[in-house]
Amino acid sequence: MLQLNGLTKTYATGDKALKDVTLAIPAGQVVALIGPSGAGKSTLIRCINRLVEPTEGTVVLNGETISGLSSAGLRKARRTMGMIFQEYALVERLTVMENVLSGRLGYVGFWRSFLRKYPQKDVDEAYRLLDRVGLLAMADKRADELSGGQRQRVGICRALIQNPKLLLVDEPTASLDPKTSRQIMRLICELCAERGLAAIINIHDVALAQMFVARVIGLQLGVVQFDGPPDALTPDVLTAIYGEEDWQATIEDAGEEDEDEAAAVAAQ
Amino acid sequence: MSASIATDVRLEDRMGRAWKKPPFITNPILRYTLLGITIIYLYLAVNSIEVNWARVSEGLVRGWEFVKAFANPDFTSRWNDIRDGIIESIIITIASTVVGIAISIPIGLGAARNIAPLPIYLVCRAIIALSRALNEIIVAILLVAIFGFGPLAGFLTLAFATIGFLSKLLAEEIEDMSRSQAEAVRATGSSWMQWIDYGVKPQVMPRLIGLSIYRLDINFRESAVLGLVGAGGIGATLNTAFDRYEFDTAAAILLIIIVIVMVLEYLSGIIRARVQ
Repeated sequence: MLQLNGLTKTYATGDKALKDVTLAIPAGQVVALIGPSGAGKSTLIRCINRLVEPTEGTVVLNGETISGLSSAGLRKARRTMGMIFQEYALVERLTVMENVLSGRLGYVGFWRSFLRKYPQKDVDEAYRLLDRVGLLAMADKRADELSGGQRQRVGICRALIQNPKLLLVDEPTASLDPKTSRQIMRLICELCAERGLAAIINIHDVALAQMFVARVIGLQLGVVQFDGPPDALTPDVLTAIYGEEDWQATIEDAGEEDEDEAAAVAAQ
Repeated sequence: MSASIATDVRLEDRMGRAWKKPPFITNPILRYTLLGITIIYLYLAVNSIEVNWARVSEGLVRGWEFVKAFANPDFTSRWNDIRDGIIESIIITIASTVVGIAISIPIGLGAARNIAPLPIYLVCRAIIALSRALNEIIVAILLVAIFGFGPLAGFLTLAFATIGFLSKLLAEEIEDMSRSQAEAVRATGSSWMQWIDYGVKPQVMPRLIGLSIYRLDINFRESAVLGLVGAGGIGATLNTAFDRYEFDTAAAILLIIIVIVMVLEYLSGIIRARVQ
């Protein structure tokens, strides 16, 4: 469904953030993108919806070449790619509802959005999504009144109301506590499964990634170093991606946490 | 594993030694030269002040007359002139502020480097630079020459000055906004106008409101000064009062200006607290 061909990004400063990245993601697959800071993870997902312009290579989503689109075409294409951000990136001085409805901006005209007169079905869908993530009561609160985990759930609603085919998720759990991190990851993965969405999730927490996703891609200095199932992440692979370190604890942790998770689910 | 940074600084050398904040200017020669130049400059500057004490003692009497008039301001004998002047000043102030803000917003958007393309940015910055380079009084003299005496020249002057002030500060506020919030709105597939409305406007609105009220305040005070060069308003009344040596009437006018500025200051405090 999503195909990246020889994607390369060279910044004006001469830094090569991505080097000839080629990969394909089928419909409905959730992929974790791991790698050290500066490996090009954020650049990669921003090249897909062209918040960052790729220098070379193509991005093809459902047969449409994103990299060649005019600005009107690009806006249409962006509607089909929901994005969830690090530190939530909610517009803080707007209400929760306005933030969620802003996901419909690509579908409604300027005056409708300016006067906040959204079609009733958009409003209904916004309420449904807020109810799904447990924030219906918060609809008219201002975004800066919410806690971190709540904000990220609003961010998820904003991405989903676009009715996307693909989710681009940039470090959703950075700045969240471990429990909330897991809840957010679980929510994202559940929603992807419910709606058959593909997703690319940038994440620093390897153990957390292993817990929830079917496929892991490791990026190092803009090059794909690893692409495989989470079980195949051995200490050698992690060393290749991140550099020398004692990885045993990380991987064992993941195993234990998996068991905790299973126990918790069983207990409920 | 201990993180080791390759330097030749050793802890043993540092122990027991006092610590001082590194000087702002590292080079000691440059540092003391600048200090010396500053002292010489201050000495010469103080010596260059010329005061004609005879003239001052004469002037003190006149100044005292003026101060005494404040104790006894005369609101009544020229009340009609004062009232008309005040009303004209308020009209000039409000009209010039509203029109100035309306023009400033698009120019401010264009002058923010993070949202405007380079050619538009340069044009808008040029407009701002022009508006800021020309002092209000000079613009007013020019416009009085073109449009004749009266409030129209004052209105145009202040609207023009408002553009330079508000566009510049609005543009700087936009340049300082949170990129991620704006980026998130752009990622939804919004058009440029929608992006400004949802991603940029909410972030800069409190500051824009605060600046607008501040500018209203400045425009009122300026309108009093512009009257001195014939651009209408309370300044014209004030000028006439001075010309006739009617210091008591002038004092009344100044007191009214002070009261109005204080009221504006008070209102702006309330409004800014409300829009946070």
